[in-house]
Amino acid sequence: MRLWWNKIWPPLVAVLFLLGIWQLCTSLFEIEKWILPSPINIAREAISGSAGLWQHTLATVRLTGVGFTIGTSVGLLIAIVLHRIPFLKSALYPLLILSQNVPTIALAPLLMIWFGFGLLPKVIVITLVCFFPVAIAMMGGLRQTDPIMLSYMRMIGASNRQIFLKLELPHALPSLFSGIKIAATYSVMGAVIAEWIGSDKGIGYYMMLQKSSYRTDRMFIAIAIIVVLSLTMFAMIALLEKWFARWNQRQ
Amino acid sequence: MLELPTQHDRNPDGVATSVSPALQVTNIHKSFNRRRLGLSVLEGVTLRVEQGEFVSIVGPSGCGKSTLFHIIGGLVQPDSGEVWMNGQEVTGERGHISFMPQQPALFPWRTIEDNVILAQEVKGISKREARMDAREWIAKVGLSGFEKAYPHMLSGGMQQRAAFLRALLSPEELMCLDEPFSALDALTRSDMQRWLLDMWEENRRSILLITHNIEEALLLSNRIYVFSSRPGTVLQEIEVPFSRPRQETMTEDPTFLGLKRELSALMKEEQRKMQILR
Repeated sequence: MRLWWNKIWPPLVAVLFLLGIWQLCTSLFEIEKWILPSPINIAREAISGSAGLWQHTLATVRLTGVGFTIGTSVGLLIAIVLHRIPFLKSALYPLLILSQNVPTIALAPLLMIWFGFGLLPKVIVITLVCFFPVAIAMMGGLRQTDPIMLSYMRMIGASNRQIFLKLELPHALPSLFSGIKIAATYSVMGAVIAEWIGSDKGIGYYMMLQKSSYRTDRMFIAIAIIVVLSLTMFAMIALLEKWFARWNQRQ
Repeated sequence: MLELPTQHDRNPDGVATSVSPALQVTNIHKSFNRRRLGLSVLEGVTLRVEQGEFVSIVGPSGCGKSTLFHIIGGLVQPDSGEVWMNGQEVTGERGHISFMPQQPALFPWRTIEDNVILAQEVKGISKREARMDAREWIAKVGLSGFEKAYPHMLSGGMQQRAAFLRALLSPEELMCLDEPFSALDALTRSDMQRWLLDMWEENRRSILLITHNIEEALLLSNRIYVFSSRPGTVLQEIEVPFSRPRQETMTEDPTFLGLKRELSALMKEEQRKMQILR
């Protein structure tokens, strides 16, 4: 507990300090509220509109959860299939990288045209941003399997399936988790972008709404919620990692 | 009491009679193609390990010992020649040996207990059953208290003991040990040799040991095959004339010293040939 506190207080103080400067600047230079609202203004607005905000946040959380789960599973599946079939890997690996060169912002409207305004196009958007870090990290982890352990498993006659389940998969877990952590934070971003393009609820939709009425304070609320959501996702995965890869903590 | 998975009738000398050998390797040839040049690695290697016998292979580095192990393990197909185990031809088949590699190769995410049962698990023995067996053995090899520890918490010697136990608990009769102590410091190494000797004299599994340490081979084995430098062939086969259990004092015996000198000279000669070839 003490250790945890020692880790947490320096960044906390830094954030509070920056908020203090922000507050000071807005009142000192008398900045217009629609250009840059003060932190206190934003907090007050957040409390007064909390009921509606909660609904939007919940919608985004749900979308993020579904998209992240599907995206991570797809990434995992791709990594395992490509690892097992080297020919497919050499054929499809460049395509995987190509898929990341198409900007999500450009792709999202297309998906809306093809799949309408339901859940499907949004999940596809999140999957597209999520699967890549997971697949790449997993493939890297699988490729780096210890050659001595691998040759040991072969010498004692382990089947490919046993080699995968007992050696390659657990060996790749730490790299897999670094990929999943990136995917977790990306998934929130993906959900917000998907909601921007076409939705009637969620933080992304809320942002678009406030932008058109120049409600800068509410824009900041949305940003704060997105940050909190991303951090929560990250923390949850980090906790999961700690449990799964507990053998890896040498210190 | 504890029993090893495979037991055979043995004569008082500890070596089984009238049973087919644990390993019979006949006239193995193997060459690899590198840059269109055929590089011959093994040329007509023939050797055998009787049931319950301890056999060593010594040879200069690069004499094809590892390739031979890969052929015995079924990872590499020989160009010609046959591998027989317990009266069956197993050339190119995997899963007939138990193996201890040069590095312990314990899985860092498994506790010692779970590492030790890995070979049994691969053979399809249930984890629960294997663990019960393993617990008693872990104490026997001096690792009690470390059942739930992870490998990185153990010293090099202790890790090798766990790796040896993993091989010992495997149900396959023949144990292949690939320079198991070469990564250890001299003191730990001689400790481990003594320990292995005691373990073997109690359990009498069939062992094929690769080493480049002549004293180690003399101390442990019933028979020694001396390999030539590349291409590997059997230069000489030596019966080690000491009775069991082997005594500490045997290393000062004139016969021991004589054999050691003879073998060292042979090895040096081979090593020299290698260097000229390069």
